[in-house]
Amino acid sequence: MADEPLVLGIETSCDETGVGIVRGHALLADALASSVEQHARFGGVVPEVASRAHLEAIVPTMDRALAEAGVTIADIDAIAVTSGPGLAGALLVGVAAAKGYALAAEKPVYGVNHLAAHVAVDTLEHGPLPEPAIAMLVSGGHSSLLLIDDLARGVTPLGATIDDAAGEAFDKVARLLGLPFPGGPYIDREARAGDPAAIGFPRGLTAAKDLAAHRYDFSFSGLKTAVARWVEARQRAGEAVPVADVAASFQEAVCDVLTAKAIDACRAHGVGTLVIGGGVAANSRLRAMAEHRAAKHGIRVRVPRPKLCTDNGAMVAALGSHLVAAGVAPSRLDLPADSALPLTTVSV
Amino acid sequence: MGGAGAGAGRAGGVSPGVTAGRLGWSIVLVLVVDSSTPAVTAALVEVSAEGVASRAHRCTVDARAHGELLAPQVDAVLADADARPRDLTAIVAGLGPGPFTGLRVGLVTAATMGQVLGIPTYGVCSLDGLGHPVAAGEPVLAATDARRREVYWAVYDGAGQRIAGPNVDAPVVAADRARELAVTVAVGDGAHRYADVLGLPLRAEPRYPDATALAALAAERIRARAPGEALTPLYLRRPDAVAATARKPVLP
Ligand SMILES: [Zn+2]
Repeated sequence: MADEPLVLGIETSCDETGVGIVRGHALLADALASSVEQHARFGGVVPEVASRAHLEAIVPTMDRALAEAGVTIADIDAIAVTSGPGLAGALLVGVAAAKGYALAAEKPVYGVNHLAAHVAVDTLEHGPLPEPAIAMLVSGGHSSLLLIDDLARGVTPLGATIDDAAGEAFDKVARLLGLPFPGGPYIDREARAGDPAAIGFPRGLTAAKDLAAHRYDFSFSGLKTAVARWVEARQRAGEAVPVADVAASFQEAVCDVLTAKAIDACRAHGVGTLVIGGGVAANSRLRAMAEHRAAKHGIRVRVPRPKLCTDNGAMVAALGSHLVAAGVAPSRLDLPADSALPLTTVSV
Repeated sequence: MGGAGAGAGRAGGVSPGVTAGRLGWSIVLVLVVDSSTPAVTAALVEVSAEGVASRAHRCTVDARAHGELLAPQVDAVLADADARPRDLTAIVAGLGPGPFTGLRVGLVTAATMGQVLGIPTYGVCSLDGLGHPVAAGEPVLAATDARRREVYWAVYDGAGQRIAGPNVDAPVVAADRARELAVTVAVGDGAHRYADVLGLPLRAEPRYPDATALAALAAERIRARAPGEALTPLYLRRPDAVAATARKPVLP
């Protein structure tokens, strides 16, 4: 509808420079520039390399988004930007850019929470989110379970990883198996030819004694080490490493823990909707297992398409649009980039 | 970044310096930003055929809050001058060198504002905003703090032309080069910080890149309505990053 707010979103919390434009819940543009190739030889994102790339990419990415949506910046009603959490220097480029656009075009600016944006993006695909809902965000930077009471004003963190993020575990195991960075898609592909029950890798924080204190928390460090031990033992014995079986068994262990805890959270809170976001949400086994397990309890699983699961500008625009519609006040021009922005803060 | 900008071609092939005053569009409003040092600076200056004059100026020294401070300061100088963003004709930005995170704040602010307003952006080496105004007849060393016990530095001749740098080095290296170039005075917060190593008389002002000087150094391009340029930071240092090394085994 033409009278719904036209909102622009800017995302620079990690290695993707994203500019998205939405009208209400309709996605009009989702332009992205990635510096992922510049990080590949380092085996992980190098913050300064990412920050430099954001500065170079922001203006051309904005141009592409405006052209794709067929609007000018004068048409925009509000500008939303990821103010945290994320890499401090990278966030700062996006926040300063959003302020530059807001100042010059005399528009309001909203500094928003990256994780809440990962949840909000699903509204572009599946419409308004029933509240309360449970959200599981899994990527190279985060692994969190959230209770979404009111996406415009506050979410309740239920649990998070106590060591590696889920995506990080995928990257590290991929490297161990000689697969490229980022590892997620390669593990997923290899796993299709493997046996998920071939090797019984550990499920972190699922034992009864761990559940008492860490019911909704995750741990992937022990799993990563177990895979490394298993692979090294094979190599030392002079035997070939069955890459597909290792990939499938590792992936099974990750997905088993993630979905079990997410479904447990839904049931414990009497919630009928589970939203999954973040780069790992693109994993085919995670989607299938979540849907299978949720169906048994009458829980609906909502996963946006893969391009919307990874970091992008559209998710920030989607959250901005939600905030504008909810009548939330814009941020001040001195809004900071906050690398440790707490989950309870949806907009600053 | 900002394109050639509105008004390009208005000079009509005639030297704007000659006809500008008569045609009445000679005085233009320019935004200047510099975030290459602990000082965060925003200024509005008027550029005319005759010279460059400051209209409004905000400067805060806080190395940790460039991202918070700059946009409100731009907003404030516009309000001080009773101007709106659309009244701007060009934006001048200090390109550094400077600590990367803070430096980028000024450049991305200038670039995004230039993009929205369709006006050109011009970059000037931030050290020029220290060395150029001070070099009145004698060679000068301009230095800012590069952290890690190093300085960003450049040397200017008596006419204010940069004859060495910008570079990043230990203060003793800058001191040696300054001596070779017969420098007699030093300026900038880096020079104050390492005064004992440099062994040169100090100028108290400017301590940080001077906004009016930065505008003056871009004035010819502004008057000629020269095409804007992409604002490429003078990093001078490579990112700290090491290529992934062989993985450590977990088995003993
Ligand atoms: Zn993310």
